[in-house]
Amino acid sequence: MAEVLNDIIKPENQIYGKSEVLTDNVLHYCPGCSHGVVHKLIAEVIEEMGIQEQTIGVAPVGCSVLAYNYLEIDWQEAAHGRAPALATAIKRLRPDRFVFSYQGDGDLAAIGTAETIHACNRGENIVMVFINNGIYGMTGGQMAPTTLEGMKAATCPYGRDVSRDGHPIKITELLAQLPGTGYVTRQAVHTPAAVRKTKKALRKAFENQKLNKGTQLIEVVSTCSSGWKLTPVQANKWMEENMFAFYPLGDLKDE
Amino acid sequence: MRELKLMKGNEAIAEAAIRCGVDGYFGYPITPQSEIMETLMAEKPWETTGMVVLQAESEVASINMLYGGAGCGKRVMTSSSSPGVSLMQEGITYLAGAELPCVVVNVVRGGPGLGTIQPAQSDYFQSVKGGGHGDYKLIVLAPNSVQEMADFVELAFDLAFKYKNPALILSDGVIGQMMEKVELKEYTPRWTNEEIEKISPWATTGKGAHRGRNVITSLELEASEQEKVNHRLQAKYKEIEKNEVRCEKFMCDDADYLLVAYGSSARICQKSVELARENGIKVGLLRPITLFPYPVNEINALADQVKGILSVEMSAGQMVEDVRLAVNGKVKVEHFGRYGGAIPSPGEVVEALKQKIIGG
Repeated sequence: MAEVLNDIIKPENQIYGKSEVLTDNVLHYCPGCSHGVVHKLIAEVIEEMGIQEQTIGVAPVGCSVLAYNYLEIDWQEAAHGRAPALATAIKRLRPDRFVFSYQGDGDLAAIGTAETIHACNRGENIVMVFINNGIYGMTGGQMAPTTLEGMKAATCPYGRDVSRDGHPIKITELLAQLPGTGYVTRQAVHTPAAVRKTKKALRKAFENQKLNKGTQLIEVVSTCSSGWKLTPVQANKWMEENMFAFYPLGDLKDE
Repeated sequence: MRELKLMKGNEAIAEAAIRCGVDGYFGYPITPQSEIMETLMAEKPWETTGMVVLQAESEVASINMLYGGAGCGKRVMTSSSSPGVSLMQEGITYLAGAELPCVVVNVVRGGPGLGTIQPAQSDYFQSVKGGGHGDYKLIVLAPNSVQEMADFVELAFDLAFKYKNPALILSDGVIGQMMEKVELKEYTPRWTNEEIEKISPWATTGKGAHRGRNVITSLELEASEQEKVNHRLQAKYKEIEKNEVRCEKFMCDDADYLLVAYGSSARICQKSVELARENGIKVGLLRPITLFPYPVNEINALADQVKGILSVEMSAGQMVEDVRLAVNGKVKVEHFGRYGGAIPSPGEVVEALKQKIIGG
């Protein structure tokens, strides 16, 4: 058996490998977390477009604060919510570079709401990758602006009460209304088919940046097994049943 | 070419920025400094030098735009006045922590809170003691004329890049709004992207094939690593203290009493020195030009000569603490100030000197 396998496992038979844009650092993300998949997809898109040396990423505060450890490109680590402001200046001062921000729901839709809306409203020629898992992962599972009604979190242990906490915010729908945004889409990475679609969306967003098509927003509805206190498999199922009902997948705008 | 012009202090900042090859200005309107962005927008430097000028949605955004631009090795600046600079403190500590060179201008107005739009010097603590969190220092320059408003833009950038540290021009509503003759320098071209790669090899310019990735961050999760970062910062601040103290002395040689004042207070005190001398009191003036680093040794040396020192500020008494630290108990040090937008007259200063120091 081993001999047969050795015969199969050789470079010319390899049909899949790790992107060269990914570093060898071990991911700090929990099992079942969507971040690792999205990182991989961005790395593959950068590699396939041949823009590794022209890309500058902006990392947020949140679980993906250390995103700069995983993609072999130049990075800036922003203060919480300020990534769109950094990306604005980077792109305006280096219009020859590909610039993207990578932000979670707390970063993009709570503390950084003003920076997000105004970067989109100016139509900054950047890609914004928005990871929406409805929870604050890094600080230990507190309520996020996108936490669903009734959903439990460390700061709403009996479930989100909209009369007290306000409603979950559909920021992507809001941003799609602004003339400054070009391609706005909501995707997920819970199945191989969804992964392929998200990669296609990311590729399109980076291609659009080359064409100066304004702010490109890719929301990825994501899981947080640790924050949701579910196994990775349960988390995927819970996301399909609950998150997708409120945050339906698909393109919101393509201009 | 060099040009002589009659300008407001705020206009001089804008004009100097274009002429010394600044790459980007990001700001938000606030009185009494809005002429800076207005002048830049009217001059349209993007058509001449290629300078980017952008009105941000807030001071929070504009200071973070500085972070993005400075992280790319570009010469970027912002300006605001007290309440706006309070909003910027988060960004400023991140800039200091990530060791990014940039220039912030504060045209100070009276506080606290929304305060007033009249001039004040009550942001001294915020500027020199670290207005944001963590142990950090800014290089702080205090102009007292329209000429220095113009000259200090380039000086601030030179120092910021020399030490990879944010620099602050601490002005006030008097200097920002008053008009004076100013000699403007010749145009210096902006750095090319190739020059930036050499000047700031740490910058995020896009990872070349010849190097690993550059990361601009102020995060170190391991305490031992973060302590090393702090050690490095403190060593840098010591170096700045050693090399960059700037101050000006006025009639100090035979002085029996000393006034210490910066910015527009120093202009007023110059007149107070003359008034006092007409009345037979030998007074001198020491004007700190850098507030960090502070002219500790210069003040300490004068404390051996004079009988008493009056620190004059348009605040309730902030810089006086640094004067006392420098004097270290050698002679009496008192504070005199008008604040909340009020400006002391030269005569009031002389009276305060008589009451608090000579008679006291």
